[in-house]
Amino acid sequence: MRHILAKSLAPTDSIRDYMAAQEKKSLLRFLTCGSVDDGKSTLIGRLLSDTKQIFEDQLAALERDSRKHGTTGDDVDFALLVDGLEAEREQGITIDVAYRFFATPKRKFIVADTPGHEQYTRNMATGASTADLAIVLIDARQGVLRQTRRHSIIASLLGIRHIVLAVNKIDLVGFDKTVFDQIVADYSQFAQSLGFTSVVPIPMSARFGDNVTSRSERSPWYSGPSLIEHLETVSVDEAAVELPFRFPVQYVNRPNLDFRGFAGTIASGTVSQGDEVVVAKSGRASRVKRIVAHGGDLEQAVAGQAVTLVLEDEVEVSRGNVLVSPAARPQVADQFAANIVWFDEQALLPGRSYILRTETDQVSATVTDLKYRVNVNDFAHEAAKSLDLNEVGVCNLSTRAPIAFDPFAENRTTGAFILIDRISNATVGAGMILHSLRRAENIHWQSLDVGKRGRSDLKNQRSAVFWFTGLSGSGKSTIANLFEKKLFASGRHTYILDGDNVRHGLNRDLGFTDADRVENIRRVAEVAKLMADAGLIVIVSFISPFSAERRMARELMTDGEFVEVFVDTPFEECARRDPKGLYARALSGEIKNFTGVDSPYEAPENPEIHLETLGKTAEEMVEALEHWLNERDIAEDQYDNGGGI
Amino acid sequence: MNIALTHLQRLEAESIHIFREVAASFSKPVMLYSVGKDSSVLMHLAMKAFYPAKPPFPFLHVDTTWKFREMIAFRDQMAQKLGFDLLVHVNEDGVRDNINPFDHGSNTHTHVMKTVALRQALDKYGFDAAFGGARRDEEKSRAKERIFSFRNAQHAWDPKNQRPEMWKIFNTRIAPGESIRVFPLSNWTELDIWQYILQESIPIVPLYFAKERPVVERDGMLILKDDDRMQLRPGEAVENRLVRFRTLGCYPLTGAIESDADTLEAIVGEMLTARTSERQGRLIDRDEAGSMEKKKREGYF
Repeated sequence: MRHILAKSLAPTDSIRDYMAAQEKKSLLRFLTCGSVDDGKSTLIGRLLSDTKQIFEDQLAALERDSRKHGTTGDDVDFALLVDGLEAEREQGITIDVAYRFFATPKRKFIVADTPGHEQYTRNMATGASTADLAIVLIDARQGVLRQTRRHSIIASLLGIRHIVLAVNKIDLVGFDKTVFDQIVADYSQFAQSLGFTSVVPIPMSARFGDNVTSRSERSPWYSGPSLIEHLETVSVDEAAVELPFRFPVQYVNRPNLDFRGFAGTIASGTVSQGDEVVVAKSGRASRVKRIVAHGGDLEQAVAGQAVTLVLEDEVEVSRGNVLVSPAARPQVADQFAANIVWFDEQALLPGRSYILRTETDQVSATVTDLKYRVNVNDFAHEAAKSLDLNEVGVCNLSTRAPIAFDPFAENRTTGAFILIDRISNATVGAGMILHSLRRAENIHWQSLDVGKRGRSDLKNQRSAVFWFTGLSGSGKSTIANLFEKKLFASGRHTYILDGDNVRHGLNRDLGFTDADRVENIRRVAEVAKLMADAGLIVIVSFISPFSAERRMARELMTDGEFVEVFVDTPFEECARRDPKGLYARALSGEIKNFTGVDSPYEAPENPEIHLETLGKTAEEMVEALEHWLNERDIAEDQYDNGGGI
Repeated sequence: MNIALTHLQRLEAESIHIFREVAASFSKPVMLYSVGKDSSVLMHLAMKAFYPAKPPFPFLHVDTTWKFREMIAFRDQMAQKLGFDLLVHVNEDGVRDNINPFDHGSNTHTHVMKTVALRQALDKYGFDAAFGGARRDEEKSRAKERIFSFRNAQHAWDPKNQRPEMWKIFNTRIAPGESIRVFPLSNWTELDIWQYILQESIPIVPLYFAKERPVVERDGMLILKDDDRMQLRPGEAVENRLVRFRTLGCYPLTGAIESDADTLEAIVGEMLTARTSERQGRLIDRDEAGSMEKKKREGYF
């Protein structure tokens, strides 16, 4: 085989020098795309082979496979190097994207080989989403096809700015310059509105290697670079470090009470110790106290680095929020317009509710308006009622809670999202945000009968009754109060029913006998039900020792509304804390019928939320409650599919 | 300061991001720890991702009972040194039936003691996400796999119907019983792994370094006679040869290579002139065409 040579041999005494040189190489991520049978996989096989990335045992396997499945007669079929799935080799097509790696003395490359068939467009989009350059292949005999256009549009929407137009199989048209020129003219005409920074056309034969690694003698009229020369030198720097600072919070790292760090990957910009940062959704400001990394704190960190930030102040930040530069803040909105590429057999329908996920945030979302669909042949904006599989369109979306974002054109990381089907959990679409919408412009509330649902919708929430049960002194009120504060801060409408307070008014006629305890709970449950009907999130904080009464309360509410929260603190710990001095008095016999002492406490067997408080802060437990509530709201919204099912 | 990240810094950041995404999105993750070089890198990255905390998940070793003895010693030593929570699972049914690579062949042995054992362990603990150290450059079907790779309730992979994976936005949603296999090293190459081990001084099993070892030549491979369970066939003899391993697995299924590379620098130097892929030393990948894909569809990592 003339293409398979041993890798260049580096002197072993200078391995570290060699590595240092390797480290300085830049990385280019690109994909190959275009229509079926334009030779994408063959081209990658050729690139791997000509850059000596194929080992002898792999070559032997390739020769075996070529005889079995090959489509190139007696020659090695390079496509079989990348078509790694059995079904692909059997059918001779590419189904899913394959990632391959190679390097030249100048650069490292990750290449995504993507399928040409229309039905696998979503796999092409997967490969394109992480690429900076696209090689669009065209069969010189076929010219620009529908899939060429579709892939070019998707590449453009996904933010790719550099195109190599590979006019392949040029050997099969006799290296005819006029054919090449015509295809280049056709493509340029079509692509001029796609916003590419560079379109570099190269006549090529992937199968025979013409103009792949070096200029071919068989196309003397072509004076441009070979493919590899171009890939080695093209500048694709997006300079994310120059953009305003964006740090999507991924994970709150809190190993103990003394450390609270926000972990994430810097999406853009830089951050230094002492920098002022703002929490995007709340507008609260603080300063960066430390940039924590394994092996020592950093003074500065830049886009692309995964770090942990510690702030000067105790500001409220959780996953999904974004720490940003105070001078250039992102948009925070619950209404925006976006380009959508649709991936699912079930069409996108306005009015249906999906889960929208950004890099770290997750929220319920509805397409309120499908503005138009893009015709991939002529870019015409067509009116449409739905977006079918592989279609592209512009939509308005409404989210249950505001998200922080930048327009995708300004920031590829903070401007992107995916849509997930609530029932199948499939990834059904990808979105690129265009701009936010003012609420009045966009949303048309349907007229609703006044009822629980209407009342809670108006508050942009779902009714709930969080029923805290646990021993006296277990921490119910502390947790409940902090929980309400946090809900209030995030714009929720709440009310706390607290055991002690209710006994001062509504239940002042009741004592502590078993019968009075039951009546006490019954009244509170009825009040909680009325409040839930008014659309509130009710927090009930009562010892409520008997499981029968808690069941009674549960049955008063509608399904999914009652949330039993077991505040589980061991008796010994409650007695030790004894915040009101009651345990001391009960243990000495001064107070009768005291729960846990001479009156039983029946612990919940299957509470929705079980909080074991020992060694934990109230803050941590409230986070668990918030998390539960968010998950429930997302789950519940699946019954919210007003439109078109 | 130098603004542009180096290649390894970039890979490291991507892997750390993936680790944190799992910790934030799943209720019961686990890291599959196979004791090899990729696992060592994976463990090192997990330590970095959650520093100053420890990784918020346990490490699981599926022990086929045929691993090299040095691997087991190294595993226990690392668990003690780093203080992570180590779970070891053995398929006791397989042990009872005395399933072994010599009598049953690599296919049956791997299926029972690795694939089935892994499924047992995942079910036993109810893990909803499992990290593995697989890389896309290892094998053709791996090159096709997502970083967050969905598994149904039977732990099966459906290669023809993978979820789109856009940008760094991972779909972590699953129904009860389903799970996700997560591959933080997807975009690393074998050379990257060695360079990173060298750069970070990551401890690895000594079997990777050349040393005189007792080996038997069998079926074109050099098998280390690691214990008395390996019976010599007629005409075979144990020879001491200067060898090392490029990958590690069950000792009867892993071929040594003749080498004098006894330092990390020498190993990297050897890598640069290698003419065969690392998986060539693995008997299990050669059994049949598409064998890796088949195993993966059944639940193998």
